[in-house]
Amino acid sequence: MAMKFEKTGDGKYMLDVCGYVCPHPQIYCKKSLEKIGSGERLELVFDNPSSGETIIQMCDQAGHEIVEKKQEGNKLIYIIEKG
Amino acid sequence: MENLEKRNTFWAYAITGILVLISLLYYSVSPYYIYLIVYIWFGFAYGMMLQYGRFCFASASRDLFAAGVPRMAVGILVALMFFSLIQATLASTNMSTFHPAPFGIHTLIAGLVFGVGMVLSGGCASGSLYKIGEGNMTSFLAAFFGLCIGQAIFVDVTWFNALMPQKWADNAAAKVASGFPPADKVTSSFDTYLAGYIWDQPTVRMSDIPAIKEALPGASKYFIGDALLTALIPAVLLLIVIYAFFMRKGYINKKKKELKKAGKEEKTGFGDDIAGIWSMITASQRTTVMGVLIGIVAGLHILVMKGMQLRFGVDNFGRLLTKMGHTADVSTSGKVFDPGYWYITSQEGQFGAWILEKFGWNMHDNIFFGVNNGLPEPWRNPALWMSFGIIFGAMVMARLNNEYKFKLPKGELIAWGLLGGILMGWGSRPALGCNIGAFFIRVAGGDPSGWLYGTGMVGGAFIGVKFFNWWTERKMAKEMESF
Repeated sequence: MAMKFEKTGDGKYMLDVCGYVCPHPQIYCKKSLEKIGSGERLELVFDNPSSGETIIQMCDQAGHEIVEKKQEGNKLIYIIEKG
Repeated sequence: MENLEKRNTFWAYAITGILVLISLLYYSVSPYYIYLIVYIWFGFAYGMMLQYGRFCFASASRDLFAAGVPRMAVGILVALMFFSLIQATLASTNMSTFHPAPFGIHTLIAGLVFGVGMVLSGGCASGSLYKIGEGNMTSFLAAFFGLCIGQAIFVDVTWFNALMPQKWADNAAAKVASGFPPADKVTSSFDTYLAGYIWDQPTVRMSDIPAIKEALPGASKYFIGDALLTALIPAVLLLIVIYAFFMRKGYINKKKKELKKAGKEEKTGFGDDIAGIWSMITASQRTTVMGVLIGIVAGLHILVMKGMQLRFGVDNFGRLLTKMGHTADVSTSGKVFDPGYWYITSQEGQFGAWILEKFGWNMHDNIFFGVNNGLPEPWRNPALWMSFGIIFGAMVMARLNNEYKFKLPKGELIAWGLLGGILMGWGSRPALGCNIGAFFIRVAGGDPSGWLYGTGMVGGAFIGVKFFNWWTERKMAKEMESF
């Protein structure tokens, strides 16, 4: 198991933290958002539902927009645009 | 997806049905087991609420420090406020099973160790149980090897003798010489700690303080001393502090942007701060609503357990086990661990000790199991059934929401789970409780030592978050080398 943080295109990044449990998904998500620029997008893939609630509130408070939320099997995918 | 939903629904009903059958089976063996059945179903209810509200005490301080998110801290404070009012009502009608704990610096130190552990393992004592119900096996590692086995070993070894001051050893020896505790039960460092230090510490409950008793006659001492002074006022102050440090800046900026957009003057006042605090409380409705419900259910649990004790004319389930002939289950005092309310860690220590005894380790030769809590067979251990109930309740709720996923720990998570679990197990014993027994229950019951434990937990969580921040930065830097 290893986390993946990749640049997938122009202004697009992907963070895969599947297999990780609290607090890792939320910490990696916060750190990744710190690394990318305003207006750029992060595709966050995780499978720890307990982290979701924290990530939603973290984005709301920091002014990031979750533009899409989807579930594929047990995987949760959030597309976050940095504010 | 449809198949997954069907499978999850099937398991949710199957688990509930099996627990109903187990309950009926117990009752058919003896009506006394209704006492144990009550623990099962309150555990089940806690598990459902904890999972639905993502209710984890580790998350409260960790997410605040790591992500600036106050969701869980708010949920816990809300639960605490409701629970304290119900505790006061029960105390005023003599229907409470609450008892305060020895007060001292040990509570703060234990909380600190526990706080580091809960951040490393990813969940507090109750949070780890609900996460096992979600299929999270990192939490299983923490609960099994830390809270069960680690805790049992902690109370039975002499590894910590060097930390025991001579006066504690002398004090314990003097007690043994006077006849209690029995000499053959004082064998470990923890025994020296209990008999030589803990038993001589005062207990503090606000409603028992003479000045408060005199000033506030009747039931008012419970509502004002225990609930208002110990729980409600500190909780409200903490909400204000959390808002000021973590929420206010963002909320006020947002408000100013809205005013600017509307072409109005960018001026905010006291009313906006009140609205900001309310928005913080309602930001995560599922957590806050569960906070209210958990507070109420935890109070009801106390009421029902007291009712059970009155119904059977006993003060502890050990008396009923003795009546049923299970004398080997109980301690020398005729009791087993039976807190009478929500508790997590002691029963898990009992489970660990029971397992270790199967491998030839004598776990009856200490005060914790031998004199105080007994070592019942797991299927006759009421509080342990509450822990199993939490796991199964959470599993049912996770299944119903299609959130169950069996996840084996890999790589670093194995290390964090084990290390965090052991720190939680060791951090819960010196204070005689964990985030639930040493913090939540005590504060709501009017025992200020709960805040000492809570302060320690928050301090420990801060250290844990600092470590994880460093660890994450290091890994992110490696990943970004290829950008």
